[in-house]
Amino acid sequence: MNTTVSKLDEIKSDAWSGGKSPFSVEYGKLMMWFFLLSDAFTFSAFLIYYGAQRFSKISWPDPDLVFQSIPGLADHGYPLVFVGIMTFILIMSSVTMVLAVEAGHRNAKKEVVWWMIATIIGGLMFLGCQALEWSHLHHEGYWWGSFPTSYTGQDTVGALQFANLFFTITGFHGFHVFTGVLINIIILFMVLGNVFQKSGSYLMVEKVGLYWHFVDLVWVFVFTFFYLV
Amino acid sequence: MSAEHTHEEHAGEHEGMTKKKIWQVFFYLLGITALEFFIALYLIPKGIVGHGIGNFAYIVLTLVKAFYIVAYFMHLKFEKFALKTGITVSLLFIIYFIVLMLIEGNYQFIQMN
Repeated sequence: MNTTVSKLDEIKSDAWSGGKSPFSVEYGKLMMWFFLLSDAFTFSAFLIYYGAQRFSKISWPDPDLVFQSIPGLADHGYPLVFVGIMTFILIMSSVTMVLAVEAGHRNAKKEVVWWMIATIIGGLMFLGCQALEWSHLHHEGYWWGSFPTSYTGQDTVGALQFANLFFTITGFHGFHVFTGVLINIIILFMVLGNVFQKSGSYLMVEKVGLYWHFVDLVWVFVFTFFYLV
Repeated sequence: MSAEHTHEEHAGEHEGMTKKKIWQVFFYLLGITALEFFIALYLIPKGIVGHGIGNFAYIVLTLVKAFYIVAYFMHLKFEKFALKTGITVSLLFIIYFIVLMLIEGNYQFIQMN
């Protein structure tokens, strides 16, 4: 008897030869990545349109002049300070989220609970700051379809587009933060109800974590293109 | 042997992020943001760098921040090659779209103003 295995019968083991996923991530996590990729396209379409509009106008509102208040403390004279606080809050809540994921890998339920609570508080703080920012700009005269009568720029269509896109894009992002907070709360209750302790895996925390980091990632870009550039 | 090997591989996926590494990435992100503020509040108002260079620096720093968030917080750096490339190569379409739309904006600027 010939015992050598023929080429056809050899067990193939490389990533694409079948029998196992070349991505080797769980189905739900892979779907989350695909969703985030599509969401990235949506957000980039918004931001690229903002860029195209800004390129096509003679004048555009100067962010240093538009965003220079700290609600409750100072009305003007502090450009970027308040948005800096918002950015810090969101990065911080991203960190607490990874810490929750890391605790999940060790099956440490108590730690996951506390880090999730910290993340939810961070998200709510960010939403609160955004509400203050919106109401401040609304008082100044910016809203969908309107800009302050005191606007001195040459191109008023530019100011109008700035107002429309600011509220649309930060609103869409804020909506993502809001749903992120809701999903985090749901997962927190599932953790408290021992759902993942029983199933033996905190993978669900990882999946909402991906969503939460994506929201942070989008904010990094919104921050750059609305407030800095 | 082979089963053990895949098990080790699986465990290795989670070793990417330790607490120490998480805080390290946090300080990178914080440092880069601080640098952006330094450019916006000091270098540009003082006229040390122009708006063009400033904007270029902002975009580069933003992309560095995006890399740290996606690679470490979202764990993409430690995923399989197929997933990494699948996600990142798709983003080329966004770059194409940026080029397309900014050229269009520039054209409108010349034609309409």
